[in-house]
Amino acid sequence: MKTVFDRPQALTDVPLHYCPGCTHGIVHRLVAEVIDELGLIDTTVGIAPVGCSVFAYNYFNCDMIEAAHGRAPAVATGVKRTHPELTVFTYQGDGDLAAIGTAETVHSATRGENITVIFINNCIYGMTGGQMAPTTLPGQVTTTSPYGRSRKIQGSPIRVCEMLSTLDGVALATRVAVDCPKNVINAKKMIKKAFQNQIDGKGFSIVEVLSTCPTNWGLSPTDALQWLRDNMMPYYPLGTYKDSEAVRDDA
Amino acid sequence: MTTTMIFAGSGGQGIQFSGKQMAKTGMYMDKNVTFLPSYGPEMRGGTSNCTVIVSDEEIGSPSVSNPDLLIAMNLPSFDKFEPAVKAGGTIFCDSTLIDKKSAREDIKAVYIPATGLANENGLAGFANVIILGKILKETCIFDYEAFTNFLVSSIPATKAALIEKNKKALELGYNY
Amino acid sequence: MAKKVLMKGNEAIAEAAIASGCLHFFGYPITPQTEISEYMAKRMPKVGGLCLQAESEVAAINMLMGAAATGSRAMTSSSSPGIALKSEGISYIAGCDLPCLIVNVQRGGPGLGGIQPSQSDYYQATRGVGHGDLRLIVLAPSSVQEMASLTAEAFDLADIYRMPAMLLADGALGQMMEPVDFEAFPKRETPEKTWATNGMHGKRAKNIVNSLYIDPNVLENTVRERYERYALLEENEVKYEEYMTDDADIVLVAFGITARICKSAITELREAGIKVGLLRPITLWPFPKKVLGELADKTKAFLSVEMSMGQMVDDVKLAVNGKKPVHFFGRTGGVIPSVEEVVSETKKLAETL
Repeated sequence: MKTVFDRPQALTDVPLHYCPGCTHGIVHRLVAEVIDELGLIDTTVGIAPVGCSVFAYNYFNCDMIEAAHGRAPAVATGVKRTHPELTVFTYQGDGDLAAIGTAETVHSATRGENITVIFINNCIYGMTGGQMAPTTLPGQVTTTSPYGRSRKIQGSPIRVCEMLSTLDGVALATRVAVDCPKNVINAKKMIKKAFQNQIDGKGFSIVEVLSTCPTNWGLSPTDALQWLRDNMMPYYPLGTYKDSEAVRDDA
Repeated sequence: MTTTMIFAGSGGQGIQFSGKQMAKTGMYMDKNVTFLPSYGPEMRGGTSNCTVIVSDEEIGSPSVSNPDLLIAMNLPSFDKFEPAVKAGGTIFCDSTLIDKKSAREDIKAVYIPATGLANENGLAGFANVIILGKILKETCIFDYEAFTNFLVSSIPATKAALIEKNKKALELGYNY
Repeated sequence: MAKKVLMKGNEAIAEAAIASGCLHFFGYPITPQTEISEYMAKRMPKVGGLCLQAESEVAAINMLMGAAATGSRAMTSSSSPGIALKSEGISYIAGCDLPCLIVNVQRGGPGLGGIQPSQSDYYQATRGVGHGDLRLIVLAPSSVQEMASLTAEAFDLADIYRMPAMLLADGALGQMMEPVDFEAFPKRETPEKTWATNGMHGKRAKNIVNSLYIDPNVLENTVRERYERYALLEENEVKYEEYMTDDADIVLVAFGITARICKSAITELREAGIKVGLLRPITLWPFPKKVLGELADKTKAFLSVEMSMGQMVDDVKLAVNGKKPVHFFGRTGGVIPSVEEVVSETKKLAETL
C-alpha cells in the first residue's frame, strides 16, 4: 500500500496545543515539510519564542532553543555565527517580532544574518489572551484597545515586510497567507525559498504568514478566515517585497 | 625599595607614554610595577595624569596619595599635586610651562625648561622624554643605559628617526 | 622565566579569554570596559574568531545565549548599567544551564551614575542579577594577572558546573596596567557538552535548551537539581586569600582593588604595632563563609572595606554570625578609598577593642 499522507519527520508525534482553527498547525507542518524535503533535520536548530508557539520546541523534531520574549533573532545570531554550517530558523509571533523584539529583528536583518525567520502575524497577542499587538489593525477591538485601536492614542500598526525590505541585509521579505489551498501552496514555496536562501548563503529571509486567532478574535474558524481576507489583506497586502541577496560587498 | 610617581600635565604631552615607559622598564628589570591612568572624558583633552609604582615588594594599592616623585608639566598639575609629594620626595617641573617655584623645604625641586629645550633642538613633542632623562639623572630608579635601551627596543626599527629623537631627548635631559 | 607583558586589565581579560578557547565575543560599548571590545575586535579575526558588536546589551547577552547553547565557549562584557540590561538574558542562561562568561567592569551607580571604579554591583552579582532562584559563579580579581587567570578559571568552572560565571572587576582594574604572565594559569578538565543544540547529525535524539516548565512540580525539581550543583560548587570551589590573619586582632575583609588598598594599609598599621590582617574573597559566590567563621573564633573584630555603601558586609555578618563585631568602611560613587583612610578607620576601631 502506498502512503499518500504522513506526518513529516521534522514534526514530533505530539498533539499540538493550539486552538481549533488556529493556523499555527498549518505553518508548523509547512516548515517541517520543507526541513524534510531539503534534508535538514540533522543540521537544523530552531528557536522558539514567547507567545502561542512557545512550546514549538516540543513539536519540531530537531534541536530547539527556547528564547526570551523578542530575543529569538539574537539567539539565532549566536547559533549561526558560532556554527555557520547549521540551518537556523526562528518562529515568532507579532508581539515577539514587532514589539518587544523590534531591535533584534531589525538589526539581525540589517546585519544580513543568514537565518530564516517565520513570522506569524495574527494582529493580536494570543497567549496572554487577546491584547493589542503592534500589528493590531486600526479600529480593531482587543482587551487593551476595548474601544478599538485608535491611531491618535495607540498609533498605527507596523507593516514588517515593507519596513525590512528597505534593509541591505535582507534577501527575502515576503508576505503569505494560509487561508486557502492556493495560498497554502504558495506559503510553502516561500518558506522553502527562505530555507534555500540560507543554504545558499543569501542572507536574512523572512516569511510573514497572515494568521488567524479565532479564540481571541471571537469568531468561528471559517469566519476568522473571512475576517483575515476582509480586514488583514487590505492592510497587509500579500506579496514579495524583496527577493535578492543581502548586500555584502565591502567596497 | 618602592618608588611611587605621579605624572601629570595636559592631554597630548605624552604623560601616559612617560608613565608606561617607566612601568615597562621596571617590568623588564624584573620588578613589580603598576600603572594607573586617569580615564574618562578628561583624557579627551584637558588634564591627564597617571600613577606609576616600581617596587621590589608586592604592590598593594596602585593609587597613591603622597608620591615620591611628581612630574608636573602644567600649572594646574603643579598646584594640585605639589602639596601632596612625600617629604623627602622630588618634583620635576617643566619650567617653560610652569612659572612658579615650590615653597616647600622638605622636598627637592628640579626645574627644567623641557618644552623650551625640545623646541630649540627640533624635538617638539619630546619634552616628556627630556624630563625622563632628567629623572634618570636625579634619581637612582633606573640605569640610564638600560632605560635607553628598553625605550629604543620598544620602537619599531622602521621608525629610525623616532629612535634618534628619543635618544637625543633623553640625553638632553640627562645632561641638563 | 615566562615572558611577561604589560597590559591593561581589560586587555588581559580579552587575551586570556582567547587563550582559553573563547572565540566568540558579543559586546556593546560602555565605559570603563570598552577596551575589551576593542581588543577583541582587533584580535578575533586573527585567530579565526568573531567579535560582534550587538545593537544593545540585551541583544549581546542573547547572542551569547545562542552561542553557549551550541556548546561554544563565548562571552560578553559590560559595565554596571549594561549588566542591568543583560540581567534578563542572564536569568534565561542560568535557567537553561548554559556555561558562559559575563564580565562586569563596575562603575558608580545608581542610574547613569559615573564612570569611575565602584564595587556597588556586589548585590547585583551575588543576589539580583536576574529573576528567579539562581546563582552565578562570581569571581573577583584584584590584579591584572588575576583578570587573566580568573577569566580562564571562570570558563572552566562554568563548563564543569554548567552555569554562567561572572568576572566582577572594576574600572580601576580594567584601566590599570601590570605585567601579566599568560602561561601561569592551569587548565582544568571539562566535561563533554552532550546537551548542546548543535545539530543531531544522525547521532542522537534532539536536544532542547529551555527554561520553561509549566508544571510547578517539574520546575521545582529542575531548580532543586540545579541547587545540588550549586552546593557542590560551594563545597569545592571557594577561593580566598588570607594575609597576615594568624595573629590579627582585626581582620579587614575586602575584594578586588580594595583588597590591595587594605594590604598597603596593613603594612602601615603593622609598623604602628596594630595587629591587622586581611581576608580577601576571590569567589564572591560561593562566599568564603567557613573561613570567616573560623577567623571569628580567633580575631576580635572585622572591618569590611568596600567601594559601596556596604554590600558585602552583609555576607560577612552572616558568616561571622554574631560571634564578633563586624564594622564597615566604604567610599562610593567612583571614589577609591585611600590607604590613609583605611589606616585611620582601622586605628579608630583598634582603640575600641
